[in-house]
Amino acid sequence: MSAFLTIEGLNVSLSGVLPILRSVDLAVHAGEVRGLVGESGAGKSMIGKAILGTLPRALRIESGRILLDGEDLQRMRPRDRRRLIGAKAALIPQDPLTALNPARRIGPQITDRLVDILGWRRRAALSRALELLDEVRITDPERVMRAYPHELSGGMRQRILIASAFAAEPRLIVADEPTTALDVTVQKQILRLIRDMQARHGTALLFVTHDLGVVSKICQTLTVLYGGLVLEDTTIEEFFAAPGHPYSAALLGATPKYTDPHGSLTPVPQSVIDAANAQLDAFDRARRQ
Amino acid sequence: MPILKRLLLRLVTTFVTLFGVAVIVFVVIRVVPGNPIAMMLPPGAGEDDILRLKALYGLDKSIPEQFLIWLGGVLQGDFGTSITTRQPVLELVLSRLPATLELSVMALIIAVVAGGILALTGTRLRGGRVEAGIDVANGMALSVPDFLWGLVLILLFGVLWPVFQISGRVSPNIDLPFSTRFYLFESVLRLRFDIWADLVSHMFMPALALAIPLAAIIAQLLKQSLKETMHLDYVTLARTKGYGENHVIIREALPNAILPTLTLVGVQFTFLIGGTVIIERLFSYEGLGNMAINAVINRDLPLIQGIVILFALIFTMVNLLVDLTYAALNPRLRRG
Ligand SMILES: Nc1ncnc2c1ncn2[C@@H]1O[C@H](COP(=O)(O)OP(=O)(O)OP(=O)(O)O)[C@@H](O)[C@H]1O
Ligand SMILES: [Mg+2]
Repeated sequence: MSAFLTIEGLNVSLSGVLPILRSVDLAVHAGEVRGLVGESGAGKSMIGKAILGTLPRALRIESGRILLDGEDLQRMRPRDRRRLIGAKAALIPQDPLTALNPARRIGPQITDRLVDILGWRRRAALSRALELLDEVRITDPERVMRAYPHELSGGMRQRILIASAFAAEPRLIVADEPTTALDVTVQKQILRLIRDMQARHGTALLFVTHDLGVVSKICQTLTVLYGGLVLEDTTIEEFFAAPGHPYSAALLGATPKYTDPHGSLTPVPQSVIDAANAQLDAFDRARRQ
Repeated sequence: MPILKRLLLRLVTTFVTLFGVAVIVFVVIRVVPGNPIAMMLPPGAGEDDILRLKALYGLDKSIPEQFLIWLGGVLQGDFGTSITTRQPVLELVLSRLPATLELSVMALIIAVVAGGILALTGTRLRGGRVEAGIDVANGMALSVPDFLWGLVLILLFGVLWPVFQISGRVSPNIDLPFSTRFYLFESVLRLRFDIWADLVSHMFMPALALAIPLAAIIAQLLKQSLKETMHLDYVTLARTKGYGENHVIIREALPNAILPTLTLVGVQFTFLIGGTVIIERLFSYEGLGNMAINAVINRDLPLIQGIVILFALIFTMVNLLVDLTYAALNPRLRRG
């Protein structure tokens, strides 16, 4: 079965000088929930941004392909690419406090894509939005639709952003650390909500996180990233049974165990980091030749 | 109701400001050298003529006494009588106010439209030659004050390529069948576009001279603010929905980027109104500013006093208007 999203040999650099993503291969099949883990700065968010067409201006795609539903994004006209992404993919952002436009009411921020990009009638989009707000368990959706973001709590806003991401029935959702900005108590609810929505709608999910505990709860497959290089691409069962890379194993050791949250943790040993860095150097050298 | 409270507070500060301005101006114009009596004396007038004239205009009393008399009149709507024209100050000042308001508002509109277009274009084409060009033009516009722009414009469009009128508010041969002195406004209402065209051809250069520096400030501030906003998460989210650059700039970034610009534009607009004094002189435009300079030359104390108070009142009104607009545009202030 061919994947809904396929990334092949994606190289992204900072102005052609500094490699940010190193020949990344990654596939997400329809309905699959894939975790994308790695330490801060590994390039997780940049993979999401490359898929959704929002890479910062300073970053350049050097080579490689991104296929979304079989279409090579790099070969499309910009306007068609944007519209394809808007129709088939969506983002659940990290920080609900900054991801809604403070000057616009909630309603139009959910319905705009349906009306402007997908050509729905306004009334249909409106009832779809109400339905979704209900689905993410927001009480009094009609009031919320008329509200401005500052009138709502962070948890409410994240629910709205989730509803908005599912609005166009996308086939793929990129969730970039969707719970890290929230209170611990709210985190669990939001995580469960994303999982339930994903299951109900059968949407593929690329879930970016540093939290292996979260990964174990919602993901089926996993990509481990270090310095923009994919170290491991595996299933959850295999990963937790026998991590395929020393860095993955060390990462696992550095994560609190679900069964023993207060157990002792070993930070990733320097030797493992040195080995991973050596792998990056080897990659860069091979590429230069 | 914070809006109501703000308004009330503003009303109080307005009165305090106006009172302060009145006191300062009253004292200053009476202690600086040069007095109005000397200027109106016929040759060969004697000491007693001077005393009689001083008594006539109330200048024989002490300054605090004079002030109290003046204030008493003002509270009854009487701002005194002009020494040079012997007409009531209020009447004189109100007859010139529309000309200056029309000029200032015209300049403001030019500045906002030009500055806004430059800011949007610069943001759309940021990082390229066009933005660099806009920055250079802004720098030039800001390094030259409005009256020098006035001279440049007179040279360009009055002398070298005479397409606009360089003097006055309206051609003398034109009949003005109007009931107010807001000629420009009324010519539109009455569909007299012949008169409108004549007014515009007089007003365009002074308005442009006043507008150029303000347009540059708006362009610079708004562009800066837009560019910062373009990095924010909600703009990125809108892009993932399928929206292109133009849409994202105008619908997502602009409504937020306008707010910080607005406050500063309010302050700058009061500077622009101050600038009308010299610009009106330069273009012999019959407004308040021109009248103010004549009043100073003639040491027409009551008239100077009246004009300054009116300018102060306009400034506070502009600030009030900016506050209200800010509140209307900012959802965080609109409710609760
Ligand atoms: N706008 C930008 N300009 C230049 N470099 C950038 C920019 N944004 C990110 N980078 C670089 O790209 C690399 C990958 O960043 P990315 O945000 O993808 O990391 P991440 O894995 O998401 O980390 P985190 O867990 O902290 O979110 C980093 O080295 C970062 O410095
Ligand atoms: Mg990130």
